Amino acid sequence: MGSDRSLVVWLLLIALLLLLVINPLARLLWASFEHPDTGAFTLENYAAAYGRWRNVEALINSLVVGLSAAVVCTIFGVPMAWAVSRTDMPAKGLVWAAVLGTFIMPNYLGAVAWILMAGPNAGWLNRIYSALTGAAAGPFNVYSMTGLVLVIACYSFPYMFVFTRSALDLISSEMEDAASTLGAGALRTTMRVTLPLALPAIMGAFIVAFLEAIALFGTPALIALPARFQVMTTTLWQMFEFPPRVQVAAAYAMPLLLITVFLFWLQYRLIARKGFVALTGKGGERRLMHLGPWRWVMLGYCLFVTSLSFFMPMVVILQAAFARAWGRGFSWDNVTLRNLRFVLFDQTATRTATVNTFVYAAAASVIALGLALAIAYIVARRLVPLGRVLTYVAMAPFVIPGIVLAIGFYAAYTAKPLVLYGTAWILILAFATRFLPIAYTNSDAALRSINPELEDAARILGGGRLLALRRVVAPLLRRGLAGAFILVFIPATRELSSAIFLYTTGTQVLSVLLFDKSDEGNFELLSSMGLILVVVTVALVLVGFRLVGRDFLLRRTAT
Amino acid sequence: MSRLVLTDVSRRFGSVTAVDRFSLSLPAGEFVSLLGPSGCGKTTTLRMIAGFLAPSDGTIAMDGRVISSPASSLPPEKRNMSMIFQSYAIWPNMTVAENVAFGLEVRRRPKAEIRERVGRILEVVQMGHLASRYPQELSGGQQQRVALARAIVVQPAVLLLDEPLSNLDANLREEMRYEIRRLHDEFHITTVYVTHDQAEAMVASDRIAVMNQGRVEQVDAPRALYARPRTRFVAGFIGRTNLLDGESRGEDVAFDGFAIPRRSFPEPAAIQGRVCFSLRPQSIVLHRQAPPAGSHASVVPGQVVQRAYLGEHWDYAVRPSGSGLALRVTTRPHEVFEVDEKVWLELDPGQMAALLPE
Repeated sequence: MGSDRSLVVWLLLIALLLLLVINPLARLLWASFEHPDTGAFTLENYAAAYGRWRNVEALINSLVVGLSAAVVCTIFGVPMAWAVSRTDMPAKGLVWAAVLGTFIMPNYLGAVAWILMAGPNAGWLNRIYSALTGAAAGPFNVYSMTGLVLVIACYSFPYMFVFTRSALDLISSEMEDAASTLGAGALRTTMRVTLPLALPAIMGAFIVAFLEAIALFGTPALIALPARFQVMTTTLWQMFEFPPRVQVAAAYAMPLLLITVFLFWLQYRLIARKGFVALTGKGGERRLMHLGPWRWVMLGYCLFVTSLSFFMPMVVILQAAFARAWGRGFSWDNVTLRNLRFVLFDQTATRTATVNTFVYAAAASVIALGLALAIAYIVARRLVPLGRVLTYVAMAPFVIPGIVLAIGFYAAYTAKPLVLYGTAWILILAFATRFLPIAYTNSDAALRSINPELEDAARILGGGRLLALRRVVAPLLRRGLAGAFILVFIPATRELSSAIFLYTTGTQVLSVLLFDKSDEGNFELLSSMGLILVVVTVALVLVGFRLVGRDFLLRRTAT
Repeated sequence: MSRLVLTDVSRRFGSVTAVDRFSLSLPAGEFVSLLGPSGCGKTTTLRMIAGFLAPSDGTIAMDGRVISSPASSLPPEKRNMSMIFQSYAIWPNMTVAENVAFGLEVRRRPKAEIRERVGRILEVVQMGHLASRYPQELSGGQQQRVALARAIVVQPAVLLLDEPLSNLDANLREEMRYEIRRLHDEFHITTVYVTHDQAEAMVASDRIAVMNQGRVEQVDAPRALYARPRTRFVAGFIGRTNLLDGESRGEDVAFDGFAIPRRSFPEPAAIQGRVCFSLRPQSIVLHRQAPPAGSHASVVPGQVVQRAYLGEHWDYAVRPSGSGLALRVTTRPHEVFEVDEKVWLELDPGQMAALLPE
């Protein structure tokens, strides 16, 4: 209502939303058509970006990597989801924990682990192979297209697992029974009924995995560059080597943005077609399929996949983090705390980066959550006309690859009127924007769980809107928001793809430093930094479990 | 003077008219129910009275002062009303006593007075022993009592109730109807009660406003509403009825298959042309033999076509001879007739309510 004093507050928040989301995107688009020197309208940037075979090849590589990684994700994730959801496979808890562990591992740390495992000659797998066969060199080489695809798939298959499992969890046994009573065996039932019902979810996850893969920066930079091939994200990064060619980068990023927007739209349509998904809710009890001896085969498969993604990488990371020299292997005289002490205390750069990482992530989480909550409230209570538009704006960063967002931020905030480049704020705001959708989805859910009548009751008894917010809504939101905070904080601590474009000396975060140090080959130090991130994340996840319940991390970030 | 006056209040949502020229006037201390099927606009009307919605047209005035109009609407917190919500809206982060004290705290009453009044009202609703409990630890009925206490303790000018009993089980619902009326008799708060349950409205109200498709069909005391419905909708919505289409022809009113002399109706002059009557199933009497002539009632021969035994009464469908109608008749349990049995229907024109033309 117009007489509301709180209206000014709402309008300010909307302005901030436009500043964070719309301005960088608008500037990105503008920059792609802007002549670097004269500022006039031009198509030269597109010509420069796509006029070189090298750049086109990188685009093709990205698509190949994305598609292959999504296929591998499906091969990894779908059988695991089916085994956990529908069968009597043993040790499901262990499998679930390992998937969660995979999810917790930053993908670039996974890449470091795989370099330690499958680096030519020195990698653990190659050394074991040589030791076993007596061959001079092992067959594994992570610095290859295959290596890149495998590593990326290892860290995005959890999406496939979660999407598919959620869908399978909703299919009641009655659907399967209906097929069985008509004479179909277990295999036929699974293939003809169960999996097809989960198909939209699987296709949705396939798209998400594909998009993850093409937007990824850390893993390709660690693996593809030494292997001497480029993908889009590494090419974009090289365009930012001094002097930065923002306009060309903006033009080059456009297809990435368009593909992403289109595919997310497609994914949304797939998931939204409820008629196809068996969303019968409480449709009867669910019984587990008895696999007999095959259940050990399924368990073996699950453990094989999670060994690739979690168990083996974790072992080699731990070994390297605590080793004087990782190559000297597993022996007590090789164990040291020196690396961790060095990262946390001795070296200024790493110490600063550690502090920065958590301070920036916390600041970004607070901003994202505060903004998201306010917007969700405005939309839910229809305080301004056209509130739905705000939802789309708040959710828009979800479909913007981090690297593209970073270029937008760079284009928007390196020049007047608002110069943020060189300050911590550009990183904080970029992180806040990047994870705004997670904050929004969770704020919205938390708000929806509060019946508006609770607020109405406070008002009719004589309390104003702000009093109702303070006395009733805020206390009720506390728990839900703590969970949301963790969900934003975790990805913000490990964010690399946008940080890499926006940091300057003094505003480095751990992910950037880890990447910077990778060409020095000091894997003990890299592993230590990664381990710090993992340990903090695990601690937060455990807090999250207590607050919100066991499934909160995987479900709410992925969907 | 009237406490609450709604004058031609309308509310549109986009192209949908949820409430259409609603007018109603409540003297202080009256209990009025808004009764109607879901989507009839009753909750929208209530939320306009509360100030959560502004009317698109018309005005709402309290004690002679306009509080809602399309131009400006006094916010809910300034209206000195209180409301009971469908979900009870008991704040889960506060104890029972804190919930009840809220309105008094907002009104900045002294601490001692708050404690005293909260204690007293909780005794009235029989919740005194649970004052320090949290809502999650209460049953639905107990939450309902807390909601009542919280709304009444501030001594509002108007009390609004939005389907307050719809989440309770049947037994509790019946008990709470009487409880709500008892509290009204004790505190005499001007009350607007929204419900879709006619029994609730009949038990609790001084008057009932029956709403349909955003409009008021009829406002009357419960008995008058039942005995003298004025529209087809009211006749069908309040209790069960037979709708009889008749036409005035000379000295008679002709129905499908039989006729009733015009002069036997209470207001013969009012019956002109086509008229529809409502006749309650229990107002029809069935006889095995033709009853002696001379009473003012009309007797029509017929045949039982269907019957059902419902314990408290029999439900019959009877076709008057030469008619396509099947009249519903309710009789006491010992009045037993067989299907296909020939019977005599005794129709009392005094109990046939002429409905307004559509």
